[in-house]
Amino acid sequence: MAGLEDLYKEIILDHYRNPRNRGELETPPAVKAEGFNPLCGDEIVVFIDVDDSGTIADVAIGGQGCSISQSSASMMSAAIKGKTTDEARDLIESFKGLMSIHEKGLDGAAAEGDKPDLSMGDLSALRGVVKFPVRIKCAVLSWNTLAQALDDARTN
Amino acid sequence: MTFDVATIKADFPLLSRVIDGKPITYLDSAASSQRPQSVLDAMDRYYRESHANVHRGAYRLATEATDAMEGARQKIADFIGAPHAHEVIFTKNATESMNLFAQSWGRGHLHAGDVVVLTEMEHHANIVPWHMLTESIGIELRWIPVDENGELDLTDLDRLLDGAKLLSVTAMSNVLGTITPIKRLADAAHAAGATIVVDGSQYVPHLPTDVVDLGIDAFVFTGHKMLGPTGVGVLWGKTELLDAMPPFLGGGDMILQVTKDGFTTNELPHKFEAGTPAIAEIVGLGAAVDYLTALGMEDVRAHEVSLTAYAMRSLKERFGDDITIHGPSEPASRGGVLSLIYKDVHPHDISQVLDQDNVYVRAGHHCAKPLMQVMGLNATARASLYLYNDEADVDTLADALASADDIFGF
Repeated sequence: MAGLEDLYKEIILDHYRNPRNRGELETPPAVKAEGFNPLCGDEIVVFIDVDDSGTIADVAIGGQGCSISQSSASMMSAAIKGKTTDEARDLIESFKGLMSIHEKGLDGAAAEGDKPDLSMGDLSALRGVVKFPVRIKCAVLSWNTLAQALDDARTN
Repeated sequence: MTFDVATIKADFPLLSRVIDGKPITYLDSAASSQRPQSVLDAMDRYYRESHANVHRGAYRLATEATDAMEGARQKIADFIGAPHAHEVIFTKNATESMNLFAQSWGRGHLHAGDVVVLTEMEHHANIVPWHMLTESIGIELRWIPVDENGELDLTDLDRLLDGAKLLSVTAMSNVLGTITPIKRLADAAHAAGATIVVDGSQYVPHLPTDVVDLGIDAFVFTGHKMLGPTGVGVLWGKTELLDAMPPFLGGGDMILQVTKDGFTTNELPHKFEAGTPAIAEIVGLGAAVDYLTALGMEDVRAHEVSLTAYAMRSLKERFGDDITIHGPSEPASRGGVLSLIYKDVHPHDISQVLDQDNVYVRAGHHCAKPLMQVMGLNATARASLYLYNDEADVDTLADALASADDIFGF
């Protein structure tokens, strides 16, 4: 059985206790998207301000939830700030890939094609979440909400 | 039979399971209870010896299957004090029972602008069916508020019921454990000319129930929270009320006659039981009722009041202001449903930490989002007690809860 130390890594708890980019942005110019996890009641609000060159100039996170959903949102906000929307979409894809890795590929170095993506930075700390399948929804909530915000920003 | 929890526990095979070398502590019976060997045996025996379709065949097995199902119906009717077994309608769960009632009674009795009164502490199963009628018929909903102690605030009851067609209310909150004053509510509803339907999902498993004494018109509950299997629930209604309701699902068993031009409905209870029912599950629920009856619901209730008092006292003594237990403070006026907030640890994380010690509680909004909003809560960790829990289970919960400090370091 996976131990809690695989889940509650220090960096995750740090983002939970000291969330980055917490707050709101004025809409417009920013766009706002809300995400809900109907099972546990977690709510995430993502604000992104995309400039004319397609760069995410600013990001803010609101809502409430458990340590995993909150820390994932905090790390995400730090990771996407200053990135282009295309880069942000790539990151969403990479993060979701990280979350759906089969557990047998996690323990030890045996798994091929499964090495941590260095560009993921702090986010790699969340890879332990896949050992707790119920919590994957918590970790991806903010990312799904970001995808929605990016879609909204494109149509605006 | 004396109420000996160790003996009772031994009747439930799942409760003796050991995971990773540790026993399990099951504290989520408000979501779904476990079931005793006698229920499993009854269902197994039914499938091994007596299965055939019911109400159809003329041969031996079909008669045995029909007798087993109708025998269970009679037991369940007796268990809730229903005057007639034909008033017990089998559904798949309490949610389906409430939807059946809302769609059938609602279609027959409600028109645009008619008022249905709910309370703020309802489960979504007693909210969404009425929202659906708001959309399809245009009914109006009114809400009995909840006070800071987690009880119904009945100050404006008469005004809320004035002109209302229906009051639909829970007998016990699945979040707070609050036992609502059903007799008083029934009297007030009838005085206002309204019908009253009660959600007994959290009540029937834990307290002696008499639908006639409660003075209500209809009642819904589910089997799997009262030691029975999943897949079977009940709608009880007074004969004249059920007779006046149009059928819900159409198909086999619910008809007297079908022609190319139309159909006529069968009599109660078959009118509301289209298609082959969950026969084995109904038989299992009958066995669950036998088990509860043998224990005695008065004794079940006494045990749970005593255990709830112990839990509230011991958790408070150990954790002081670090723990909040929502709902009524007096154990005698509530069920053993303990919605907890511990320090600043999110309920989802609490549940995860407890899981390490095989202590099973529910985390989340408990399908009662309007109540959570009123209480200013996003989620709680809910430990719920039943007849097979004892003080050692509560102590294990407390020890496991304390280990959250090691991780979250508050």
